[in-house]
Amino acid sequence: MTKPIVEYKDVHKSFGETEVLKGIDLDIFPAEKIAIIGPSGSGKTTIIRMLMTLEEPTAGDIIVDGRNLWKMKKHGKMVEADEKHLRSIRGDIGMVFQHFNLFPHMTILENCMTAPINVKGENKKEVEQRSIEMLERVGLGDKIHNFPSQLSGGQKQRVAMARALVMRPKIMLFDEVTSALDPELVGEVLEVIRDIAKNDDMAMVLVTHEMDFALDIADKVLFLDDGVIAEEGTASDVIEHSENPRVQEFLSRFRS
Amino acid sequence: MNYWSFERFFEAWPYILKGLHITVGVTISAFLFAAVFGLVWAILRRVENKQLNFIITWVMEFIRSTPPLVQLFFIYYAWPVIPVVGVTLSPFVSAVVGLGLHFSTYIGEIYRSGIESVGKGQWEAATALNFSTLDKWRKIILPQAFPPTIPMLGNYFIIMFKEVPLASTIGVTGILHMANSFGSTHFNLIEALTIVGIIFLALSYPAAVLIKKLEVKLNTRFDKNADIKPIE
Amino acid sequence: MEAILNISQELGRGLWVTISILIASALLAYLIGFIAGLSRLSKNIFIQKFTGLYIEIFRGTSLIVQLFWLYYAIPMLFGINLGSNWVIGVIAIGLNYGAYLSEVVRGSVEAVDSGQTEAAVALNMSSYQKMRYIILPQAVRMMLPEFGNYTIQMLKGTALVSLISLSDILYYGNILRSSNLSQAPLIYLVVLGFYFILALPLIFLTRKAEDVSKKGVAN
Repeated sequence: MTKPIVEYKDVHKSFGETEVLKGIDLDIFPAEKIAIIGPSGSGKTTIIRMLMTLEEPTAGDIIVDGRNLWKMKKHGKMVEADEKHLRSIRGDIGMVFQHFNLFPHMTILENCMTAPINVKGENKKEVEQRSIEMLERVGLGDKIHNFPSQLSGGQKQRVAMARALVMRPKIMLFDEVTSALDPELVGEVLEVIRDIAKNDDMAMVLVTHEMDFALDIADKVLFLDDGVIAEEGTASDVIEHSENPRVQEFLSRFRS
Repeated sequence: MNYWSFERFFEAWPYILKGLHITVGVTISAFLFAAVFGLVWAILRRVENKQLNFIITWVMEFIRSTPPLVQLFFIYYAWPVIPVVGVTLSPFVSAVVGLGLHFSTYIGEIYRSGIESVGKGQWEAATALNFSTLDKWRKIILPQAFPPTIPMLGNYFIIMFKEVPLASTIGVTGILHMANSFGSTHFNLIEALTIVGIIFLALSYPAAVLIKKLEVKLNTRFDKNADIKPIE
Repeated sequence: MEAILNISQELGRGLWVTISILIASALLAYLIGFIAGLSRLSKNIFIQKFTGLYIEIFRGTSLIVQLFWLYYAIPMLFGINLGSNWVIGVIAIGLNYGAYLSEVVRGSVEAVDSGQTEAAVALNMSSYQKMRYIILPQAVRMMLPEFGNYTIQMLKGTALVSLISLSDILYYGNILRSSNLSQAPLIYLVVLGFYFILALPLIFLTRKAEDVSKKGVAN
């Protein structure tokens, strides 16, 4: 039995008075593809944002490769993690955002190259080659010198994936990456994710509303409802054969 | 009261223009002072301590909403007689410090608006790519925050240029001072003041047009919210 | 403490001149701002260019230069002393900030979404009705914060009238200083305090205007 690369242990998260996550326990194994589904406001996005260190959990632990993400040992006591500690773990994780968040002042090639060079201190020539390959892989090899503002939403999102991939993360997070796209552009983005899922051995966590897609690529599907994992199983178990009325009600909205 | 004399009008030009380098010199120096001090305000405004932030905000508000003329008088007349810290400053330096300090509060807000114009998503993307705090600022935030502020800074440069004649009241020998001195010896103030007006207009109007053009150019080159325009 | 009271008492004698000039010049500037701002949008090319010239001249030069110029020019142009320096101060500040405000008015009207005009046309409104019921009510909301900001600028500008020997707050401050130089720091601090207290209501009104301007405007 392999060890999980990420473990959530009774993780809670509140924003002010409202508790968004009410105790999440979750293991993510290397190369595992997980889809998180559920109604909006159920806390799906918050789960992955905490792993990306964009939100701090209110209680509980997130363990990444044996290291506690949000806590560290100092003088024999466990204290809140500082930036240095977070940075040492964050390198294993990559994220693609709903609104792309490309850097508008850089060409798309520079978008891909800036982090490997400035953060990891890698060789520029090598990074450039790798970035071009990655941009070719997502179908944008002919646009490497364009600025993000010159691209369509689907193209931007493919750049964002290339940018995350050149960092060679062990875990990739996808935060509703097709929700901000025009319907006709969704397909090209899903195609790239499918390609990554089939050919790369990193773990992937997708927050998504694309049920057919989740069914196709996910090893495991979580149904999140009201801050707890209400249903968990293989994609087919949850999406096709769930007996949970909440799941059925939720899914009925996607069937026309 | 004399009537308009073209003879005097042309005679006054070379005399008044002798003060131009002082006016421009005060403008540039005061602007640089404000640009640097504005940075201090912008940083101070990011202080997280609530009480301290409150105080800083209101000190800025105080400097900003009281007359620069009084502030000039304070620095020129009052500063030297303050015990311990008081020093006598020349009219030129007083003007640079007085106007520079006054406008630094505006420029600090320009910096702040520039930083705030960079969306939250940019910070998050930089975090997700594991940038250090310093690199986040250097590579991601400031390169985006600064360009949109350039036209605003340019506008404040022009505004400050037009405020510089206030310094004639503490004896800075810029063009207004020269005009007053020409006018009072020859009793042709109106001609002299008209020349000052023409000089200001001749310099500030083209500068404003230039900045407008720059603004349009920057907007098209650098619009984060530019409509999605697929190329081909 | 007593010194502050004494200084305040003396400065108080100039309070009314400062306030009355502020109110009069602000009203004048608002009026000019609307007239010139809407004139800029006129289809009549002559009106448009003429107001454009006025705006550029007054925005392109300094208030202090305009004040001095009018101070000497008005008696010369009219051959008589037109009323008083008070009137000259009001006219100078009003004309100067009227030019700035006209750009605010023009900008706000232009900023009202073109969809609003289209909706008004679709409802068969005349161009007057469109302006009166649809465009201006939204534009005015957008203008409010800038009007507030410029009113604070005008308050600061009123200090200049002491230079044409009007006895405002600063004028009395300067007199106090010349008789007692060692007290200069305190005197000018109190002067600044006076202006700040006058500015406070304007600051709060401006902040309120910012809230108002965010509501009830199509975007």
